[in-house]
This record gives sequence, C-alpha cells and structure tokens, in this order.
Amino acid sequence: MSTRLSTGGRNLNRAKQISFSFNGKQLKGYEGDTLASALLANDQMMVGRSFKYHRPRGILASGVEEPNALVNLESGPQFEPNMVTTTVELYDGLSCQSQNHWPSLEFDVGAINSFMGRFYTAGFYYKTFMFPRFAWKHVFEPIVRQSAGLGKVPKDRDGDRYEHFYAFFDVVIVGGGIAGLQAAAAAGASGAKVLLMEQGAHWGGRSMVDGGHVDGKPVAEHVAALLDALDAMENVTLRNRMMGAGVYDHGYVLGYEKLTDHAPEADGPKHRLWRIRAKQIVTATGALERPLSFSGNDIPGVMLASAARDYVERYGVSAGDRTVVVTNNDDAYRTAISLKNAGLEVPVILDARATGGGALAEEAKALGIRVENGKAIAKVKGGKRVTGVAICAQAGEGAVLEEIKCDAVAMSGGWSPVVHLWSHCGGKLIWDEDQAHFRPDTTRAPTSHDGQAFVTVAGSASGPLGLGDVLIDADAAGKSAATAAGFKPKKGDAPEGVTPEQAALEPVWLMPQGAGPKLRMKAWLDFQNDVKVSDVRLAAQEGYESVEHTKRYTTLGMATDQGKLSNINGLATLAGQLNASIPEVGTTTFRPPYTPISFGAIAGEARDEAFQPLRRTPIHDYHEDQKAFFEPVGHWRRPYCFPQGDESHADAVKREINQTRNSVGLLDASTLGKIIVKGPDAGKFLDMMYTNMMSNLKVGKCRYGLMCNENGFLSDDGVVARIDEETYLCHTTTGGAERIHGWMEDWLQCEWWDWKVYTANVTEQFAQIAVVGPNARKVIQKLGGDMDVSKEGLAFMSWKDGKLGDFDARAYRISFSGELSYEIAVPASQGRAFWDALMEAGEEFGIMPYGTEGLHVMRAEKGFIMIGDETDGTIIPQDLNLNWAISKKKEDFLGKRAQLRSHMADPNRWKLVGLETLDGSVIPDGSYVIAAGENANGQRNTQGRVTSTYYSPTLDRGIAMGLLHNGPDRMGEVVEFNKVDGTTVKAKVVDPVFYDKDGEKQNV
Amino acid sequence: MSKAVSALNGASYDGFVRVSETGLRGMITLRGDLGSKKLAAAVKAATGAAMPKQRKITKGAKGLVAWMSPDELLLVVAYADAGEVVAALDAALSGEHALAVNVSDARAVFRLEGAGVRDVLAKTCPVDLAKDAFGAGDLRRTRLAQVPAAFWANEDDSFELVCFRSVAQYAFDVLKVSAQPSGEVNFL
Repeated sequence: MSTRLSTGGRNLNRAKQISFSFNGKQLKGYEGDTLASALLANDQMMVGRSFKYHRPRGILASGVEEPNALVNLESGPQFEPNMVTTTVELYDGLSCQSQNHWPSLEFDVGAINSFMGRFYTAGFYYKTFMFPRFAWKHVFEPIVRQSAGLGKVPKDRDGDRYEHFYAFFDVVIVGGGIAGLQAAAAAGASGAKVLLMEQGAHWGGRSMVDGGHVDGKPVAEHVAALLDALDAMENVTLRNRMMGAGVYDHGYVLGYEKLTDHAPEADGPKHRLWRIRAKQIVTATGALERPLSFSGNDIPGVMLASAARDYVERYGVSAGDRTVVVTNNDDAYRTAISLKNAGLEVPVILDARATGGGALAEEAKALGIRVENGKAIAKVKGGKRVTGVAICAQAGEGAVLEEIKCDAVAMSGGWSPVVHLWSHCGGKLIWDEDQAHFRPDTTRAPTSHDGQAFVTVAGSASGPLGLGDVLIDADAAGKSAATAAGFKPKKGDAPEGVTPEQAALEPVWLMPQGAGPKLRMKAWLDFQNDVKVSDVRLAAQEGYESVEHTKRYTTLGMATDQGKLSNINGLATLAGQLNASIPEVGTTTFRPPYTPISFGAIAGEARDEAFQPLRRTPIHDYHEDQKAFFEPVGHWRRPYCFPQGDESHADAVKREINQTRNSVGLLDASTLGKIIVKGPDAGKFLDMMYTNMMSNLKVGKCRYGLMCNENGFLSDDGVVARIDEETYLCHTTTGGAERIHGWMEDWLQCEWWDWKVYTANVTEQFAQIAVVGPNARKVIQKLGGDMDVSKEGLAFMSWKDGKLGDFDARAYRISFSGELSYEIAVPASQGRAFWDALMEAGEEFGIMPYGTEGLHVMRAEKGFIMIGDETDGTIIPQDLNLNWAISKKKEDFLGKRAQLRSHMADPNRWKLVGLETLDGSVIPDGSYVIAAGENANGQRNTQGRVTSTYYSPTLDRGIAMGLLHNGPDRMGEVVEFNKVDGTTVKAKVVDPVFYDKDGEKQNV
Repeated sequence: MSKAVSALNGASYDGFVRVSETGLRGMITLRGDLGSKKLAAAVKAATGAAMPKQRKITKGAKGLVAWMSPDELLLVVAYADAGEVVAALDAALSGEHALAVNVSDARAVFRLEGAGVRDVLAKTCPVDLAKDAFGAGDLRRTRLAQVPAAFWANEDDSFELVCFRSVAQYAFDVLKVSAQPSGEVNFL
C-alpha cells in the first residue's frame, strides 16, 4: 500500500497539516503536497476509471503528463472538471470527486466493457455504428453521449476572475529547471530583457530530485544560488506557476499563469493569460519518461520510475512497500536507490538489456538490490491494485520464470524530450537512434518573417540527459538567443555538472519482445483513452499507414493529455508493424496549448458588462428610462418600439406610426453614418463612389445616392449634402458607417492616392433626431432661434445651419417616411437636451418617439428600399428599379462595368414589385413565390421572394415588397407565397409605393 | 452650451488605479501635409505646441497635438475653443489641401492615475508599456479590448485615454475590471 514516510519530502511543510476530501472522504495532507501525493499518502491507489473500458486507474506520473488521475475539482461556481491531480497543489479544504464511473469508483457497471474488450477494438465506433442507419440517431448516439467525456460539465457561472496581460521581452525562456535557469543567467548577463517562466511552484526541475554536483557543489545549492543571482538582475523576470502554453508566428508566446489555484481564498484573478511578444524564445521544457508496454501496465500501483522517485524525494510518500523496478535504461536505477535509501524494499530490478547498466547499476547492487539483466515483466498481477509480477526473459514470448510479490511497479522506457513548443510553429525533429527519441533538429528551427530562427532549445528538451551536457547546452542556448536578440553575451564557460556515467539505453517497444495476442491486449499505450498495443497493430493490419490516420482511428493520443506518454510508444509500435523505421512513420502534429488552459483565461475580461462593446447614442438613457424594446443594429442597441404599460409590440408600433402620420413623432437617428469628404477632387471621388452624379449637387442641397461594390452589387445608400464648394457630408446606413469610411479610405490610399481628398468619420460627433409628421414644422418653430424652417426657407432636399432655440443645429429636409420631415443634427453632448426640448415643444401635438420598426413600416409604405432587406449582397440597383439613380452621363463609377455583364443585364433577373395579399394578411418573412413543378432535388420551383413584409397601420392591411421574375411587367397578376404550414397565401402584384404616390406630404 | 454633457458625466472608479472620465475636451481632427510649414504654423498658433513626431504628443500653452497617422493630427484644446480653432485653421490653411473638423463630441476621455496604471492598460492594450519603452510624450493608437482607443503618458506617469463616445461605458467597464483591487501584475 502507498503511505506517508516518516521523514523526507523536500517540498513539504510538515508543520502544517491540512485537510481535504476525495469522494466525500475526509483526508489529511501537508502544505506542499500535490493532490496526487496527498492521495497516495492516504493509500488512495485507485483514483479513476479509464474512458472506454472503465478499468481501474491509479496515479501513473508526478507531473503534467499524468493521464489517469483526473478529478472534478470543487463545486458550484468554482467547479472545474479534468483537473490533473499531479499538478493541483493541495490547499486546506480542497474537495474533489473522481471521474468516469457509475455508480461508484469501487463498483462500476461500465467495467463490463473490459470483459467485452475483444469486441471493442480499434475503430469500434466506425465499424459498429454504421448500420442500420437510423440506429445512430435513436440508439447509439444517446448511449454514447451518456457515457462520453471524463469530467462533468460545469452547471454554474464561473465564479472567478480572469485576465489577459500583454508583455514584451527580448528573450523568453520556457521552463524553470536547471537548463532554463542556466539559459536565463546566460541571456540575462547580456543585458537582454528576459522572462523565465516555470509551470510549477518550484524551480530547479528534475535536478532537485536526481542530484549531481555543479562546480563541486550539490545541485540544489547551485540552483538556490542561481535563483538569488537571477532575482537580483533588474532585467530578468521570474514567474513560477506560469506555463508556456504555445509558441506562434513572429515570436508570439502564450503564458498561462495560475495565480490563486493554490490559494483559492486569496483575492484577485484566478488565471492570467500573458500574451507575449519575444524577439527570441528558448524552450527549456525538459523531457518526459516513457512507460513500458507490458501486460497489466495499467493496474493501479504501476508507475513511472521517475514518479515513484519524485513521491519519495519531494513528498515523503511511497507508492508501495515492495516496488519492482523495470527498465531499459540506467535512470530507473536512481529510483531503486532512492527507495532503498528511504527504507523501502526493492525485491528486484528487471533490466531488459542483456548487458545491464553502468555506474548506477553498480551502486544499486552495492546496496544489496537484486538485479536481473535481460529480464522483463510477463504480466502484472492484480485488479484494483498491484499484487505481484510474473517475470520472463525479454527476448522470449513471456514464459513465466518466477513470480514476485510486490505492491508497486516502477517502469522506465527511456526519456523523450518535450518538443511541443519547439514544434508549435514549425520546428522540425530528428530521430536520435542512441536515445531512441525524437529531438529538435536545431538546423531547422521555427523561422520568423525574416527567415531567421526565433526559437532555441535548451537542456534535456534538446536531447542531452546528463547534467554536464545539459548545462553546456543551456548556457549556449541562452547566449545564442541573446545574440540573436541583438545583445552581446558575456564570455565564459558553463558551470561544470557531474553525474554518474550511464550505459546505453536499449529501445523496448513491447515487453517481452515476442508477447502474444493475449499479453498485447493488456499492454496499454494510451492509458486515458484505452488504446493498447493490439489496437495499433490491428489498425496497421487494416491498412492504416499514416500516423495521423492511426491516431484518429484508434484514438491514440486524443485524450486530455494529448499523448504525452503514448505518442512515441504508439508510433514505434506502428512502425514495427508496418516494418518501417520510426522516422519514416513520423509523429503526429504538436498543437498548442501544451496542456489544457481554462476557458476563463481565454475569455479574459470579456464577460458580463465587458463581454462585448455596446454602442450607445447620446439619447440612449432616455430610451432605457422609457423601457424601450431594443434590437441590435451592429453594436448599437436601437429602440424597436416604445411599449407603454403592458402594450404589445405590435400595438406600440401601430400607435407610433399613427401618431407620426397624423401629427408628429421623433426618431433617434444618431446612429446613421456621417462621413465628411473634402478636397478639390471630392466631387470627382464621390462620382466614382456613388452610381449617380454628386459633383453637380449645389451647395445647400441634398441628394439620395446609391453605392455599389466593384462587382456591381448594392452596398449602401444614403443622403449626401453639399456643405461647400469642396466639402460633402455623406450619410450612410447605421451598419455601414465604419465599413464605408474604410471603403473610401481604401480607394483613396490604394488606388487614387494622387487625388486630393480627405475623409473624416464624424458619425459620433452629432446626435441626429428626425422630427417627422404634419406638425413637425410647428414643433421646431416653437423652439425659436434664428433658423427659417418654412417651406420656402428650407425647401425639401436642402439643408441649413443655424440656431434652434439655444442649440447649434444643422437641419436636413429629408424624409424616409413620406411625411414632412426634418433630420436635425446637434453636437452629441447636447443631444439629450435637444431631444428633451423637442419632447416638451411637441407635447401639445401628442409627440412621441417611434422606433426602428415604425421607421421600417413607414418606409415600406412609401416603397423605399432598405439595405439588408431588399439587398443581400447579390442585388444590383436595376433589380430594384433604381435606374433613375444610375447616371448615364458618367464615364465610370464603382460597379458600372460589372452591371454590364451578361448575367447582370439579363432580363430574367427577379425585380422589385409591391405585393398586396388578397385577404389582407401579412405574408410571412422569407416566403417564396411558388412556380409550377419541382427542381432536381424535389423542391418546389420558385419565381420570386418577399423582401419586406409588414402590417401597415396606415392602410390597415398587409403590405410587402418582393423580387419577382419579370415583376414590373406583371402588375395586377395574382401570385402565391408559400407558408410554413404548407399552405399558400395569394397576393396581387402592385406598385411598391403604397402611400402618397405623388409625394405631396413630404413636400409641404 | 450649459447643456453640453460628456458621455459618462464625469464618472470615476477607485481600484488599484483611479479611473475617471475627464469631461468634455475640445478635439480637432486635422488632415493635411504634415511636412507643410503653413500647417505647422497653424498648429502652433492654435495650441502653442510643435509638430509631433511619429507616435508622439506635444504640449503647448493652449493645447496638445497628437500624431495620429502620416497625414493626420489630433489637436486637444479647451472644449469651448474648438469651434474657433477650426475656423482659425480653415482660414490659415486656405489654399492648402487640408481638412479640419471638430470631433470634440465624438469622443470620451479617461484619466488613469496610480502606481499600477501601466498594468491596467497592458491588460487589454497590446502595447509595450514598460517605462523605457513608453514614457511621457509617447502616444499610441491601439485597441482597448474590443474597441479602438488612443492614449498617452503624462509627465507625472498618469495616462489619458481617448475612445469613441458611443463606447465610453464599455471602455469604462473594461478599465474598471482591469483596475479591480488585487489585480496588480507588479511587472511594468
């Protein structure tokens, strides 16, 4: 059983005992524990169940690579699923639940899958759920959904704070082990601005456990001194609990900083996502130990050798009283030595190499540990925990030579450099035969815009595993990164590191090498996703040659750990089966983030009020006070209508329109785009931007204009006012203001850069209010001031500056409703006061605001088009019978050529008409005009569609506009529109102008 | 003029940095040939400030001049003076191709002050705010989270930030979130 030792544990503060709970059980740990070490200390060997077979799972590793020991952490607003216990720092009161079991961890119904394993092989989902076809939706998918996923989905809003932070450095070093520290010292000495980040709470990495000497001092002393030196350097920033999550183009690095995970009571953000620009990046990300593939290697109690050592050295925890060590390299001997020195039993070290190990092996033997060379594990005994191992010859097929009782197994299959960050942005790898691992090919580093490398790799991450080589490599990496960032590193040699000489590793991809099908079926590669040696072999047998395809077929490496342990073993197995070399098979793609980061960190400040910008007009507060019903228009919220009391929206719209048509109404039109265009070439420029002529517009006058893109399609519309000889003010649609301003600048900067024209977007400078209705003039005149707004003084389609009351105003006599109408612009800061003044002046006329729906209905009654209703990006002005607004005199305008193309000039294009239902009802939105017959897909043929459809309070009937084949030639004809219920509604084709066809009302 | 109200009417927030809306400022967008002596003289006359270099802001007796783009300046003057300054610029630059337009009401201005002011901005603005990279007289047009903004540093290491009026509340909300107590980064 696993337990807490009476001494040891360099990370622990034994003076501070803390309590936590696992599946409701109250347990004790120490400050400095990880959740995993504390669980082991409480003999919680089994901590979860695997994804597919629901096999019992124990703690396998001691770091980020842990595939098994994942928990649902905390509850309510603090709930987080899939938390990796080996990286969760223990805090007082922590509460967690194990995952993927029902009804309980100890007794799980899904474990039946394990007995069905032989039917549940690679590609099971693909093979099984194909037939019968209906069964996927009704039978398979609901069951798979029920059992899919490890952790639970959070049910509450996240109760924590998150943020981003932008930072800039010359050199960013990822990894605070001995290599990262040395690289930081080397780069820092050059004066470069350096960031060193370490994902864990502790500096020094594996060297703190593995020992050795640097310049004659124990490595821990050296690390402490190095940290002090770095702390003292102004230009070096040290950040722990911060992971280098990803490396992207142009030296962009994501740093994922966990601020209060270890201290949830503390104030402040939980996570901070550093968005860093670095001139140079050094990845000192170390190496991860590989498991060995033998039967039963997933039974709780089987652990990576380095992890078994970590738990003893860092946390004073033993995985078992009797631990069998199995290895193909010298490093695992450190574990045996460490366990023995802690007073624990190591019954045997099984070294798969016939020739055995080097100096460390001698040291182990000297301690009295039995060492068996050329031997392997035939199978692990036990169910929910290890009870023993059967020993065999590595060279054979698994004939059992001896059984040894034990309660833990420490395995080591060699070490793989963590090449993820090197690879994220295109760094290439080479296969190292001696170490049997992929390591960065330093001649093919990720390159930046200038073709120069911007990532350097340091220490074990680049291949060397011995302390001496690591220090030399890291020192060189720090210096070279500083040089590349434009600094001059200090001369000097790397400190000298000394560790015992090691004998060569021997690759072992299956144990024993001749293991038969029965053993292979229990030899796990991917522990979380339940992929075994047999699955990868089967995939190869079925024709999967690409490692990327095999990954997806078998789900190897697709779990939350993204194959940190399974990758190399899996592709070596595939290569073996394909009879190809490992580099020929290659690796799957390494993508950021290195380990999962929280959604909260990605969202940063963008939640609640700050989720998205909401644009407010100067009159927005009035609308809110009136409890207007808002609709989004771009990022604006515009009042759709202003319901009074419990009035329905339809009734409110009707009331607003009737009031406006019969007396006077107000519209907040501040959101309309307003762009100043000025210069000697302004007229010429606008003649190109609009389909109609603008250069001949007289000062003081307004003209409606259409804008098309270069493909001829309608893009925007609005009224242009000529301010003076050189200056125009162009109104755009609400949604078009920024887009059209950018469009103008694009043409001016990129195409007509020699034209003398300046533009300025002054949309937000003004509050613009439409005063609309037969009494509009009377209301305005009541305000007083010096502006003559009479029919003669301010004629239809003209504008004027002046005082209205105390307000500096510009009034445009333009109408989008067909009524007598003034659109009046005042400085935005006076907008609310001006609105209030109008409301007061209009009181005797029953003045009331109307919303966008009233605006839409009134313009439809007049047959005015709306960009976005009558247009959808495929409509040209000719479709809408707007030929009158297309200049024939102009040599060119944007869209002219396109409109001459055969498809655009085709008489068969659907064209705009008005529509009146025979029964007076409203045609449904999106309805089509049906035609005889069906198309190739069995759908009803169509000959037109509705574009705007409303109930008109003015006419007390449904009115609509639509596009119809040969529409204008079919006046009086009755056509049928389809409805959602399958029936149709008949409508007569009429002129689109339903109200005041002669335009007398607006021109009074 | 007494009815003129700024977007947030002088709202303020005290976190680990104080964030306050400063109220109305006179602002003029001036587009033209920034190499023109006539333009430089007109700008000097309006503000007392010299022409700013790229990404800089200069200060004069009557106002500030900010470099906004290779052919655009932003003049910051007293709110009441903006109309007159535009008229004076128009007169001084007659015959030259230039555009002067009053944008005072299209903007909101925030002042940020306190020890962690750079931390607050660096949470949502992708700008190098290290003291040696961004000092008094530096200006950046950038984004504040999801909206465009510009800011500059003053001599006392306070910052002023300009955004569009319609998103003043959003900008204030973002700055408030960034300035919440215990949010110090202690880096810049």
